[in-house]
Amino acid sequence: MSAIKPKHQRLVLLVVALIALVGAGLLAAFALRNQASYFYVPSELVAKPPEQGRAVRLGGMVEKGSIRTRPDGVTIDFTVGDGKARVPVRFTGITPDLFVEGSGVVAEGRMEGQTFVADNLLAKHDEKYVPREMKDMSAQQVKQVVAETK
Amino acid sequence: MHGFANPARFLRLARWLMPLMLVPGLVMAFGALAWGLFMVPPDRLMGDTVRILFIHVPAAWLGMAGWSTIAISSVVELVWRHPLAAIAARAAAVPGAAFTAICLATGSIWARPTWGTWWVWDGRLTSFLVLLFLYLGYIALAGAAQKDAQAGGGASRVTAIFGLVGAINIPIINRSVVWWNSLHQPPSITMGKSSIDGTFLWPLLIAAVGFTLIFGGVVLARMRMLLADIQAEARLRRKAMA
Repeated sequence: MSAIKPKHQRLVLLVVALIALVGAGLLAAFALRNQASYFYVPSELVAKPPEQGRAVRLGGMVEKGSIRTRPDGVTIDFTVGDGKARVPVRFTGITPDLFVEGSGVVAEGRMEGQTFVADNLLAKHDEKYVPREMKDMSAQQVKQVVAETK
Repeated sequence: MHGFANPARFLRLARWLMPLMLVPGLVMAFGALAWGLFMVPPDRLMGDTVRILFIHVPAAWLGMAGWSTIAISSVVELVWRHPLAAIAARAAAVPGAAFTAICLATGSIWARPTWGTWWVWDGRLTSFLVLLFLYLGYIALAGAAQKDAQAGGGASRVTAIFGLVGAINIPIINRSVVWWNSLHQPPSITMGKSSIDGTFLWPLLIAAVGFTLIFGGVVLARMRMLLADIQAEARLRRKAMA
């Protein structure tokens, strides 16, 4: 049997090393799967509630029509849902600009009874980028406007 | 490919390819930035802050493309021992690190008005910060290895291995918003589909192509510089021997 070319030997060695590396990376990422998440979604929070008072983050959609301002003017109550479960949230303070009903939110705080009391609200926006003028138009109208401006 | 193992031939090609990439790259990038800054309408939710998109996204793409260049060049260096591959990998590190830093800075500035925070430790942001640290480590290691080689020490293979191992972070960055709940939104542009409206998408694509050409031009310029360094070093050594 003729000797393997050193070039091919290096290639085989490198491929084996790469497979091991990718395997290790995937295993690490898989192990981090639950720990590396930035927040709990409502269904996780309801299924496995964290201890009362422990600092956690809750992320989900602000349900439409759920924001209520209390008489003091700075405390709001709203519901965060993910389609499977809903959690009532209370927050006192100034909300970010993108905090609106039907949009994503991440609340930092803790469970007190059945209510999530938030110290801080972060707005999470979706992956869509649409100009302001077009947001209220139907798909047909948008097509028409785009055709006119071309 | 081994035709370019002769640096003289590569240098001849690089000399006219470099302005051919830099000039249209600058025109496209700045044209697209002006388009995005002055002519594009505000976003339905974010308003005017959406204009950061046109620099943030190309910078993110090139931060990751830079390390991909390092990784591919490292494979070519390790397996085929191509002399230019090592040069290409080292040349891509500094512009890659610069674009990564731009991406992190613009992202932070964008996050404050939209999300309500400068920084969070979610999967996407953390893995991208790791990318910046990998770049800094790579640049330091490549510098040390070069000094070692000039002093007659061993080859710079350690640098290539580091470049290859660091590449594991690239798919992690890409998948971070899918694997883990994150504050950063999921990808807007996926295989053949985009949830970015055409009014934003066109200037974004032109900016991305423009910045990529600038990146390519800078890599070529740095490769010429590194080759000139090596030649000067060799000439000095010959003179010292004579």
